[in-house]
Amino acid sequence: MKAAVVTFPGSNCDRDLRMGFEQAGLQVEMVWHKDTALPEGVDIVGIPGGFSFGDYLRCGAIAANSPICREIVRHAEAGGYVLGICNGFQVLTETGLLPGALLRNANLKYICRSVPLQVEETQSVFTRGYKAGEEIVIPIAHHDGNYTADAATLDALEDEGRVAFRYGANPNGSDRDIAGVLSANRRVLGMMPHPERACHAAQGNEDGARLFAHLADALAEA
Amino acid sequence: MKARVHVMLKDGVLDPQGEAVRHALHGLGFEGVGGVRQGKVIEIELAEGTTEATVTEMCEKLLANTVIESYSVEMI
Repeated sequence: MKAAVVTFPGSNCDRDLRMGFEQAGLQVEMVWHKDTALPEGVDIVGIPGGFSFGDYLRCGAIAANSPICREIVRHAEAGGYVLGICNGFQVLTETGLLPGALLRNANLKYICRSVPLQVEETQSVFTRGYKAGEEIVIPIAHHDGNYTADAATLDALEDEGRVAFRYGANPNGSDRDIAGVLSANRRVLGMMPHPERACHAAQGNEDGARLFAHLADALAEA
Repeated sequence: MKARVHVMLKDGVLDPQGEAVRHALHGLGFEGVGGVRQGKVIEIELAEGTTEATVTEMCEKLLANTVIESYSVEMI
């Protein structure tokens, strides 16, 4: 199984994400924002956290229009897997692969702390290692994580079981406490919390490791 | 020639930055400030003959996120 992790100017979680994938047994190739093709045989693309292009214009907007992102959209539209974390989630909404948008946190503060999350939906390769309703703790670190979408979109996400994670205590004003959402085919996940920062004993928390481990198992079975 | 693009959060989308500015104006003693919305202005230098339709396309593809923002184009 092979993963590609993208680096944009301003990405800062790309190597952590690489470690998350590698620890689960995936082979990882790093790709640069100017690359015009994904490596041969990539199963999943990871879009990491950070501040791509300095968050200029809007978080993720410039990255979403980079050459590699055109290929990521093609990969996703062909049924490929994509995991976008934090800035990666913002990029995924800007590409239109996921609905909604991430606004400035309601309290206007940059928030960096571990938060309780409820696993809402286990029918995906990303969340199948958790129990429905299970509470896990994953760090967040963002200024613009306030998920918003119109009511019809939110209702559809809930009806279709596409809310992957909800905050236990809403830190940023997100509509309906939403912390992560899945695409209609359940193969693209965007989430503000950082599972790659919770996947090793040295990080003090391994709740995120299960996401990567079960993802690797699912890809191996496919 | 130039175009000036105004981008604003749509009505109904909470604007916490605008709210913070409103509080600050109130703190300075300005009475009667009902609400503040904060947006951005983007000025684009263009080749002669560029049409407003082209600038609108720029807005749709990049300058505004139409999920949360509205925009207006002014050719100047």
